[in-house]
Amino acid sequence: MSELAAVVGIGQTHYKTKRGDVSIAGLVREAAQNALDDAGLTFDDIDAVVIGKAPDMFEGVIMPEIYLTDALGANGKPMLRVHTAGSVGGSTAIVAASHVQSGTFKRVLTVTFEKQSESNAMWALSTPQPFSVHLNAGAGGYFAPIIREYIRRSGAPADVGIKVAVKDRLHGARNPLAHLQLPDITAKEVEESMMLWDPLRFLEACPSSDGACAMVIASEDLAEKGPKPPAWIRGAAMRSEPTMFAGRDEVSPQAGRDCAADVYAQAGITDPRKELDCAEIYVPFSWYEPMWLENLGFAPEGEGWKLTMEGATSLDEGGDIPWNCSGGVLSSNPIGASGMIRFAEAARQVRGDAGDHQVPGAKLAMGHAYGGGAQFFSMWVVGAEKP
Amino acid sequence: MSDEQDVITDIETPIYLKYNFTAGLAPSRFLTQLKNGKLTGQRRAEPDAPVYVPPRGSCPASGMPTDEEVEVSDKATVQSFTIVHIPIPNNPIQPPFVVANLVADGANISFIHLMSECVNEEVRIGQRVQAVWKPEEEWDYAMDNIRYFKPIDEPDVAVDMIGKLPVTGLEE
Repeated sequence: MSELAAVVGIGQTHYKTKRGDVSIAGLVREAAQNALDDAGLTFDDIDAVVIGKAPDMFEGVIMPEIYLTDALGANGKPMLRVHTAGSVGGSTAIVAASHVQSGTFKRVLTVTFEKQSESNAMWALSTPQPFSVHLNAGAGGYFAPIIREYIRRSGAPADVGIKVAVKDRLHGARNPLAHLQLPDITAKEVEESMMLWDPLRFLEACPSSDGACAMVIASEDLAEKGPKPPAWIRGAAMRSEPTMFAGRDEVSPQAGRDCAADVYAQAGITDPRKELDCAEIYVPFSWYEPMWLENLGFAPEGEGWKLTMEGATSLDEGGDIPWNCSGGVLSSNPIGASGMIRFAEAARQVRGDAGDHQVPGAKLAMGHAYGGGAQFFSMWVVGAEKP
Repeated sequence: MSDEQDVITDIETPIYLKYNFTAGLAPSRFLTQLKNGKLTGQRRAEPDAPVYVPPRGSCPASGMPTDEEVEVSDKATVQSFTIVHIPIPNNPIQPPFVVANLVADGANISFIHLMSECVNEEVRIGQRVQAVWKPEEEWDYAMDNIRYFKPIDEPDVAVDMIGKLPVTGLEE
């Protein structure tokens, strides 16, 4: 039996195209300090630090965790780096939580970041290899054919992606930390934005952001000593599968379905749409909302797009299961931090501390991240009530 | 000093990384055969084991070595595709162009390649295509020996059969 753990502090930076005023160290320090302030703690109260980011080639700084020990107050303390590509923000939170749930540490600081302005992710993801042609289409080029196959299978109308793109930006306009602030965005504007990787348009893709996110995770006996209510970790799971194997279902990966089943079982959830109050799900390209609605069991196979079109996932339309009230990855994408932002925003909701994008009365929320060629998954469920 | 200058707050110093690619056994074999104008894959030495193109030495699903070489066709089926509207740096190809996930006849997994000599709006899942090779004197140890794939006059493949055609393709 593992011990209980809870999120007691959350700190984020403002997400924007370029944070020229801080170094990488300054960026992570800012998020960490914000999380400590939120928890009413100092660096001295932290037993260990768990850090994550996307692959080192993005910024070209190899093993940055070593250089960041000072900035994160980790001198003389255990520090661990987590690597799971774009899902790393979620995996890092889960690894940090596991060090408290195991009883090893009382309070763990966990931090993730990306400084895309100092990197070239498209380049880092497209290193030439002679057994493959070098077409350098980046993540959007990789996921677009999978989205096309989803549209074929489900028979979804062509404007589902546009609806998600508008909805998440309207959510983002409620969140002062969100990178994109597009309170007046319209479906027409999205539809008329440049087609990049058909069927994905410019406004259906995530931005490229600088930013960091941090959390303090504490043991049961310390969880209720802070100035704000804790977000109790009710379940946490990770799964992965190979990127390429014969017969792989790229539209709805087995690893995602298994990960969801595990986290729901831990949290005692049988009907996620009904029992969860909201969710923060990793949707970097618009069409991934309906695809993950199905993969995660919020809708039957082939029907995820119906929830989107009905407004079920929209806070503005009073939907029953709002997704990405913070604006999601479509509004801010500091890659390594993006998964942790999902986990942290789920925690903010159940703490009743999500500001203008608060879902009224939210008690149970899910955070989700995926990465690589949609082969890494990490998920957690957090609740206002102690399990 | 009267001619004051702006304070320099940051400078850009791009980093370039040059590396040698060591292919390993399975990709070496694949690339050697490509230089001969043949597209090959590998599978576990078992009947009905899936054929991987390009081979990476092991079956990703089982972890078992793929020690049997299999020649596949240069005819393929479109599993899915995207139409790319942004240019590739240092590549003369002009957008919009079609990048497709193609499964060669006799293979059980797709690879990515360019489609050309096609009407972009008519490209579809299940469409039949064939490789257009560079002239033989230009063949090297590279997938670029195939310039692109072009549509051929064969009926579309049913979706549930994509990735399952034998090396003989649609022929009896």
